Amino acid sequence: MSTSKLSHAEAAEQFIKDEPRTDWHDETLWFVRQKRDKAAHGLPEWEKLREWASQIKDHTLSNLDNYLLEFERNANANGITVHWATDGADHNRIIFDIIQQNNIQKIVKSKSMLTEECGLNEFLHAKGIETVDTDLGERIVQFRNEAPSHIVLPAIHLKKQDVSDTFHEHLHTEKGNNDPQYLTEAARQHLREKFIESELAITGVNFAVAETGGFVVCTNEGNADMGAHAAKIHIACMGFEKMIPKAEHLSVFLRLLARSATGQPITTYSSHFHKPREGQEMHIIIVDNGRSRQLGRADFRNSLKCIRCAACFNTCPVYRRSGGHSYHTAVAGPIGSILNPNIDMRANADLPFASTLCGSCSNVCPVKIDIHDQLWKWRQVLVAEGYVDTTKKIGLQGMAFVLARPGLYRFAGKAGRAVMRMFPWLLNNKLNPWYKQREMPAPPKESFRDWYIKNKQQ
Amino acid sequence: MKVGLFIPCYIDQFYPQVGIATLQLLEKFGCNVSFPLNQTCCGQPMANSGFAALSKNCDKNFVANFRGFDYIVGPSGSCVLHLKEHLHDEQHPGEAEHIRKHVYELTEFLVDILKIEKLEASFPHKVGLHNSCHGQRGLHLSSMSERMLPAFSKPQQLLSMVKGLELTLPVRSDECCGFGGTFCVFEEAVSVKMGKDRIADHATNNVEYITGGDVSCLMHLEGILKRNGSKVKTVHIAEILNSNA
Ligand code: SF4
Repeated sequence: MSTSKLSHAEAAEQFIKDEPRTDWHDETLWFVRQKRDKAAHGLPEWEKLREWASQIKDHTLSNLDNYLLEFERNANANGITVHWATDGADHNRIIFDIIQQNNIQKIVKSKSMLTEECGLNEFLHAKGIETVDTDLGERIVQFRNEAPSHIVLPAIHLKKQDVSDTFHEHLHTEKGNNDPQYLTEAARQHLREKFIESELAITGVNFAVAETGGFVVCTNEGNADMGAHAAKIHIACMGFEKMIPKAEHLSVFLRLLARSATGQPITTYSSHFHKPREGQEMHIIIVDNGRSRQLGRADFRNSLKCIRCAACFNTCPVYRRSGGHSYHTAVAGPIGSILNPNIDMRANADLPFASTLCGSCSNVCPVKIDIHDQLWKWRQVLVAEGYVDTTKKIGLQGMAFVLARPGLYRFAGKAGRAVMRMFPWLLNNKLNPWYKQREMPAPPKESFRDWYIKNKQQ
Repeated sequence: MKVGLFIPCYIDQFYPQVGIATLQLLEKFGCNVSFPLNQTCCGQPMANSGFAALSKNCDKNFVANFRGFDYIVGPSGSCVLHLKEHLHDEQHPGEAEHIRKHVYELTEFLVDILKIEKLEASFPHKVGLHNSCHGQRGLHLSSMSERMLPAFSKPQQLLSMVKGLELTLPVRSDECCGFGGTFCVFEEAVSVKMGKDRIADHATNNVEYITGGDVSCLMHLEGILKRNGSKVKTVHIAEILNSNA
């Protein structure tokens, strides 16, 4: 959800103003990246696992229609009701209908980036229905009326002090008590009440298995289980790309997911749901919301292989220094920057440019998404479709014009260097973003070419 | 062996000494080097900003300048990577393909093609190596911290032959410095923050110089170092490999 109307560059600049916090954010996520490295190094077959995961996903995406129908058949046979949603509004309406039909008041929700993408909390709130996010990090940002800033670590932009202040305000904990154990205990007591009261539990889905019609939800806090086991209705929400063909494929993905996400060998709870328990209702909502359009874009379909581990966030040097909210979308980071332009090109035209194309994201991705190549390709699409700044456009057009003409290039180079030498203040001013925090290179009298002609060409 | 010397536009204009060092180095190893006089730019600044469509004429000019060489060598990993991945010329597709397949970044050329095993260079200083992303992850000049593959480094291999040079690596050995082409101006704040962090990481090793295979990264780091009055200097790897201090 967008928390600001600023572009990535503007929001990032705001974030960096608090440099100690930026450093802390950077170091915390780098620590997670290092844990990931360690865990990956512990498996000699790591690169093979990535290759298998990538191939399974490729295969699934190429046969998605069949696997989705197979899943629906098997889920129905297990007594699960399957719904299909074309977009976020559809998804929210389906949930709202279930709430109304059952006259539900108390709802708990475990982490699901899809419900964020669809704006479920806001939608229900507007109808006077409150949902309680039960993931600790999500509960914290929910209290603060913020969006998660990271898909695995939703409150990673906050420090202990911030959490303490938030809990003091909402849970009446002691002011200034920053002890993590104390704060976690307070959250636990608070959430326990919510679990016990709850009538409806909403969860995400990490993997849906076509062969069995079941699905897997991974959490570290067990909150999805607590919700789903206590409530009389369980709704699981999934983007249609969460499909995998067979249960045996879980062995590949479950090994990759947690290691990539946090460096753990496996998430603390990998809960397998196959059918409603007696007296319970179980629903699955399978959401498109632009995914079929992305599937149809040859250059970008690969992005649908994503298993939402967030390794690309943690490794991204830009993400670490700009914070998740600067991406103004539910899914931030490198993967968000290639998924979101598909949803809304105009609103998210800045995101593919929020990268140096260093390529680290593609290297860590457990399903081998060519993230940085897709960023490059999105830039071409966005420019071609006209979603780019006019100043930038004029500048680059001018540059291309000069650089295609050797004589003009040499003239401009020489003139430019002369200007820089004689009138440095022309460039060394506030309008030049390079100069704001960096010196310009010292212009030499002669170019390499001048030197070459003088010294090498007799 | 006929080698076409490719000196990227900003090196030509602002860092001629890097071009000179590259040329002298190649000549030392017996290459028959020429510098086509009408070269300009590889087209990367446009393409990375989404304007690949505008770099057609640049490409054409490049092909016109560099056809007919056995190898094309340039002291810039990112420009070389761009050419390898994106150089096309509708009128001369074969020549463009030959160039794509035979364009080399300097250290890669020295190690893989010339198979250099010793150097006469000496550079008695404490030097930090900056691995530039496009060279490292794009051209595979060295192993990458994210991948679980055996460790190697072509630049490091060459620097280890330089007399007196004490090489150090920052703790985050291959994190991006934040230059990123037009990223450095359109995302100025993040770019500078990344550069500052790279410098801080090198500074803990008390380096006198930061070196690397891409002048663009070094120019960015140099700009920050100078602004902050640091004593640390930047120097292109070609200058070190060619030095006789
Ligand atoms: S793109 Fe890859 S690294 Fe990023 S969240 Fe998805 S699976 Fe993980």
